[in-house]
Formats: sequence, structure tokens, C-alpha cells
Amino acid sequence: MSTPAIEIENLTKEYPFGFLNLKKKKSLENLSMQVETGEVFGFLGPNGAGKSTTIKLLMRLIFPTTGTARILGKSINHVFMHGDIGYLPEQPYFYDYLTAPELLDYFARFHGLPASERHERVNKMLKKVGLETAKKIQLRNYSKGMLQRVGLAQAILHEPQVVVLDEPMSGLDPLGRREVRDIILELKKEGRTVLFSTHILSDAEMLCDRVGVIVGGKLRGVGAPENLLGIAAQGMEVLFELEREGRRPELLGRATRTGERYRAQLKEEELYGALEELKVAGARILSVTQIKPTLEEFFVDLVEADRAQASAVEVRGK
Amino acid sequence: MKNVLTVAANTFREAVRDRVLYNLVVFALLMIAAAIFVGQISIGIEQSIIVSLGLTAISVIGLFIAVFIGVGLVSKEMDKRTLYALLAKPLERWQFLLGKFFGLVLTLAVNTAAMGIGLFLALWVVKHPLEKMDLYVFVAVYLILLKLALIVALALLFSCFTTQFLAILFTAVLYVAGAFAAGLRTMQGVNLPSSTTAMLHGISYVLPNFENFNVMAAVAHGAGVPGSMVLYATAYAVVYGAVVLATAAMVFSRRDLK
Repeated sequence: MSTPAIEIENLTKEYPFGFLNLKKKKSLENLSMQVETGEVFGFLGPNGAGKSTTIKLLMRLIFPTTGTARILGKSINHVFMHGDIGYLPEQPYFYDYLTAPELLDYFARFHGLPASERHERVNKMLKKVGLETAKKIQLRNYSKGMLQRVGLAQAILHEPQVVVLDEPMSGLDPLGRREVRDIILELKKEGRTVLFSTHILSDAEMLCDRVGVIVGGKLRGVGAPENLLGIAAQGMEVLFELEREGRRPELLGRATRTGERYRAQLKEEELYGALEELKVAGARILSVTQIKPTLEEFFVDLVEADRAQASAVEVRGK
Repeated sequence: MKNVLTVAANTFREAVRDRVLYNLVVFALLMIAAAIFVGQISIGIEQSIIVSLGLTAISVIGLFIAVFIGVGLVSKEMDKRTLYALLAKPLERWQFLLGKFFGLVLTLAVNTAAMGIGLFLALWVVKHPLEKMDLYVFVAVYLILLKLALIVALALLFSCFTTQFLAILFTAVLYVAGAFAAGLRTMQGVNLPSSTTAMLHGISYVLPNFENFNVMAAVAHGAGVPGSMVLYATAYAVVYGAVVLATAAMVFSRRDLK
């Protein structure tokens, strides 16, 4: 069996706070997980859940209180492991006095690429992230979305085996998001391992082989997105319009009205009966969609379950 | 070493693009004004005035750059989070620190060299022909550069573990204390318990002794600077600077970037 691309063992991070830093706050608690070679792994969680902490620990930007991790079999304590890793920080910011080609060239030097190859790769990357027309503009004049693209370019410039992206879609418009999704899929196609954090369920559904869900610094589960999040439809939603003079179907009692349109939520087994009724009433059906839980609801459930458990422990303690 | 040079070159580029070297215009204007003024009141002290004024300006302007840019070398990168992507490359943290240090020292070297040439030209304007002894101006400029390099190292050390404001404060306090380091050793006529005197004596050796780099009075009065003194000052700056930078690297190597 091949070595996992990323192995995390009991990683815990505590931050001191309060007067004289005597108190400690756990930002991550005993995190253990693996990311297999060649898979796209989504790290899901609400803000402050510990996603960025984990990624920063892996990138040696912060240091663990306890625990360890390996990337491509090398301990994260060795700086040379970075040679085969690409990293996009959350809301990246770069030297604003440089242009994008200058920044990429600067970063490429640390990977020991010769001048001719640097030039070629920089141009290739700028084209890939759609910045070839902004080559002469200093980064101080870039928008947030453009900086995100530069960040992505520097992360994959040296063709790393493992790419770690912290909230890669944040700050991007729909087109930009699609481009990032395409790049992630392309990386997967090339056999590279991608770990990315997000709080957007649709991104995870669309891209990930597996996801890990983290809430309150604890890993709550790892698995295929559809299994883990229970994305099975919770019901159906029908959107329809009625003829002015037509029959009023019974369904109307359960529908909410927005302008001329009605929206009704049904159980899956009620769907065909309701559609028949609407047909008889001469209604125009605009859409039928599955109702899925949002990630927000999923997180809220987990957070509330956490609180309930905490109160139970408290009561037992008393 | 290649990584250190890469960071240093980028630090120098940053200083140039952020127009740090524009201070040379201020210095040039000062020297022109001084030359005109001294030319008018010529009473045989042209050299002393021009050299004292020039070397003081080089020192003060350099001090501002060393302290204010020095403390920002690391803390600015942490605040703006430009460090995140960089430290995720195969780059050791000590290499980053050394690169930042040498980048700013290179900026200061270009700056002080340009000002040194400006001072020499001003000297030539008010006093020609020049004498061989006037070349000692460049020795004084070199020693100022050594002092500035030491200040950059101290500013860098403080910026590794505290805020920019406190780092400026600590560097400034140490600079002032360092100017009196030699005085602590030779303190006489003060009635203090022997333990206090011993402690002050000890402190005087820990503090950076900036008097080692001060040859302004000698050069302003046309006296030479012994080679042994230049050698001692160089060795002192290298050793003291290395200790400070090694401490900074140790502190920074385990620093969490939030």
C-alpha cells in the first residue's frame, strides 16, 4: 500500500491567552487523519473550527503543542518537505511593490529553478490563472480576486505533488470560482493530491473524493461527501404558476406565494400525486428540485449537539 | 546561501521601490546649503563644519532608516501576512532573517556610500586642493555603516518577539544606552557600593558600545584613524552582530505566525 500523501497524528494546538498568558485555549484537539495520494480532500468546517490552524501547522507557520504530521512521508519539522508542496494561504497578500511575474519569479528561485525555466513557467502559470494581461501591474493595484489567482499560481508553479489550498474560492466571482474548480480537477487528473478547506458544501460535493468535517477544533468525521453529510434528499420542492381563472388545487394550502409564483414543499412519495393535481388545475410547473440540508444546517446541528453534550457533562459533574 | 541572497535582493528592491533612497535628495540639499554657507563665512574651519555636519547627517538619516525599516523587516511581513506563502517554500526561517538583514544593510551601504561621496564633494567645494587626510571621511562613513548594521540587527531581534512600537522603543533605548556604554566602565567620582559598580561594569560589556564607531571629531579636525581601531570596530560589529542575529534566529524559529 502506498504511503498516504498527508498523515496527521494527534495534532493539538493550544494558544495562551489572558493575563501573563497563563490560560490556554485549544484551537485544535487530537486531530488524526490521512489524505491519500492522488485524492482531492475537502476540509470542511465553519469559521473558527480549526481548518486554517491545521493547515498552518502542516505548513510550519505555527507549531503543534503535541502531535505530529508527515507529508509525502517526511516530517513537517523538515523545511525541505516544502519542495514538493504548494500552499495558498487564506486571503493571500503578497509584496505589493512587485508585479505578478516578479513575485512568481522570486518564489520560483527558492525551488532552485533555472532562469529560463522560471520564465517559461511563470508565463504558463499566469496564462493558466488568467492574469497574462495584468503582467505589468504592481500587485498593490490588484483586486482581491486577482490576488487569489496570483496565490494559486505561486502554489502550483513548481508542479508540487501535494497542493494545500486554504479557502481557495473566497473572494472570487462565479467565473473565478469555476476556474479554480477546473484547476483543482486538472491537478487531480495529473495525479496530484489536493487538500483544500472550505465552508461551501457545493464546492466539496463537486470536487472532493473525501471530506473531513471539523467543528470546535475536533474532527467530526471523514468520508465521501454524500455519506458523511447525509446529503440524501429531505424532500421535494415544486415551483409553479396558476392560470388566473383556473381551478385552485389543494396544494395551494401548503404553498407560499412570491409574486405570481407558488412554492410548495412535499415528501418524495407525495410528488407524483401533487404533479397530477397541478396538471389537472392547469398549472405551469417551473421547477422540481430536491431539498438538501445546507452545510450551515449541518454545522448548526453539530455545534448544538456539542453544546448539549457539554451541558450533560456539566449536569453529571454536579 | 543562495536563499539568503534571494531574500536580500528582494529586500533591497523593496527599499528602492518604496523610495527609501529619496532621503539622498535631503542630504544633497543639506550639503549644498552648508557648502554655500561655509563659503561665505570662511574663517578657517570649513573642513570641521562640513565634515561634522555631513557625518552627523549620514548617521542620523541612517539611524532613522535602520530603526524604522529595521523593525518592520519581520513584523510588517507578519502583519501583512506576506510571510505565509514565503515560509511555505523550502526556505529556513534563519535564511529569511539573514536575507532581510543583509538586504537592509545593502540599502544602507548604498545610501551611506552615496552620502559619503556627496560629503566629499562638498568638502572639495569649500576646500581645494584636498589633502590625503580628507580621505578619512570615507573611513568615518564606513564606521557609521558598521554602527547602522548593528542597529539593524538589534531592531530585527526586537521585531521578532514584540510589536513594532515596542521594537522601536527598545532599539532607541539600547542605542542611547549603548552610547554611554564606555562611560559606565570608566565611571569615577561616583560613590556607589562595589556590587553596583561591578554590575554596571558587567552591563557596559553587554550593551553595544557605539563609541567604537565614533571617529567624527578626529576626522573633522583632520586627524587620521588608526588601522587597528578600524579593525577592532569591524571585528566588534561582526561578533556582536552575529550574536544578536543568532538570538533573533532562535526566537523566530519557534514563533507562531497568527
